[in-house]
Amino acid sequence: MSEQPPLTVEQFYKYILQGKLMGGKCKKCGKVHLPPRPLCDNCFSKELEWTEIPQKGKLLTYTIIHVAPTQFQGMAPYAVGIVQLENWVQIPGMIRGVALEQIKIGMPLTIDFGECVSTQQWPQWPRYYFKPV
Amino acid sequence: MEGEFNLKGDPLVSIVSAGLSKFGKLEGLYAREIFAEAAKEAFDRCPKLDPKEDVRALFVGHMGESYEHQGHTGATMADWAGLLHIPATRTEAACASSGVALRAGIYAVLSGLCDVVMVGGVEKMTHRTTPEVTEYLAMASDYPFEQWHGITFPGLFALMATAHMHEYGTTERQLAMVAVKNHHHGSLNPKAHMQKEIALENALSSRAIAWPLKLFDCSLITDGASCLILTKPELAKKFTDTPVHIVGSGQASDTIGLYEREVFTSLAAAKLAAKKAYEMADAKPEDIDLAEVHDCFTIAEIIAYEDLGFCNPGEGGKLVESGETKLEGRLPVNTSGGLKAKGHPVGATGTAQAYEMYLQLTGQADRRQVENAETGLTHNVGGSGATATVHIYRRG
Repeated sequence: MSEQPPLTVEQFYKYILQGKLMGGKCKKCGKVHLPPRPLCDNCFSKELEWTEIPQKGKLLTYTIIHVAPTQFQGMAPYAVGIVQLENWVQIPGMIRGVALEQIKIGMPLTIDFGECVSTQQWPQWPRYYFKPV
Repeated sequence: MEGEFNLKGDPLVSIVSAGLSKFGKLEGLYAREIFAEAAKEAFDRCPKLDPKEDVRALFVGHMGESYEHQGHTGATMADWAGLLHIPATRTEAACASSGVALRAGIYAVLSGLCDVVMVGGVEKMTHRTTPEVTEYLAMASDYPFEQWHGITFPGLFALMATAHMHEYGTTERQLAMVAVKNHHHGSLNPKAHMQKEIALENALSSRAIAWPLKLFDCSLITDGASCLILTKPELAKKFTDTPVHIVGSGQASDTIGLYEREVFTSLAAAKLAAKKAYEMADAKPEDIDLAEVHDCFTIAEIIAYEDLGFCNPGEGGKLVESGETKLEGRLPVNTSGGLKAKGHPVGATGTAQAYEMYLQLTGQADRRQVENAETGLTHNVGGSGATATVHIYRRG
């Protein structure tokens, strides 16, 4: 298994850049980790593999950010939420492609792959977003 | 495995003195100078204490080096408090940094390594711009999945608020009632950052920060420091006739990312810490006469009522509405004004809550004194609940 990319945040975002939503799966107990982890927090196995994560899910909760950190100030107000994907794992992300007042808990959302933010600084990660199905 | 401290209400440690700086916008002061002010009050309150001779260690909570370009806070604060050469340790757990310092002090005294320790906390924040502070506070949350996606610190509690409103019908009006109550209490505290009442309608119409949370749902960006002097219960009377005993102490942790949790309407770490503290103290929620809870946002106080067993899950909004948590109510909560009005210098908050409990249980809380208070509780939360500490206090 040495040719497998490491189960890291860095690699997670490399997959995002390729338009793939990938998580880790424990070969011993079957637990799916999103984000991936190098050590299974359920059974402590280090035998993990990459697995594709469903790109659709439903919105569990959300907020509209009005006062944003420096780097996001130009985007405010914007919506962020926590999405439960079809395999039950949960991830947060910005919600776009829908009027802010039409966002509702329970609405179906799908992942929307963003562009890499090109700066000279760490980290060189792209963003993913959510949009209505 | 867990150590066997079957204390059943016996004191773990005793607080023999406490100090608090003025909370507010302390222009021109450096964190170490603010901490010295808190230390001075603690020394002055306890003339039988010889600081250089008696205090054997310092544990000090501090969250952010970014504010003043200053790390290495343990030694810095010991130096400025006049406690040179003692072991000095900084604890960091975001907004629970000094709740954790208090725990560390309890470990030190209970282990027998130190007879007397100082625990405390400090933060200097107001010289930075709001976007800078927003960015520094967000460091308490997960970077690659929360901060990276534009989730602010108020945003995390807003995610909990939206879920709580959806699941239990909690209203923005109930959230605002927490702010109105705590500002009333703050108006009675001469050390509070904001000492004025606010009107419910003004709170409800204040500008959005992270909907559904508005400006008046958020605690204040504040400068301040706090400290306590702890000793073994059997030595307490050597230093004061009026000690306050800590009879229960719980600390727990949770996922750093809010998004990984099963529920967003409750903090598992706070519930676990409370369970442990109640067990140690041999106490139940009904035994608590007053509490200082971590109202970093109004929704956090409502969730705290539920996590601490003051009401059933989902009934926190109704509890604040009932008026029972006001100063004159059955269970006064945040008599100091809380983080909301007294202010929230994040590293200082945990031991500032304990300072209020010390004043209340020694009858020194003046215009906000709770009559016949015997047993109190403090609840300190780090970040979105990845750390929580709960302590229970009894009049000595």
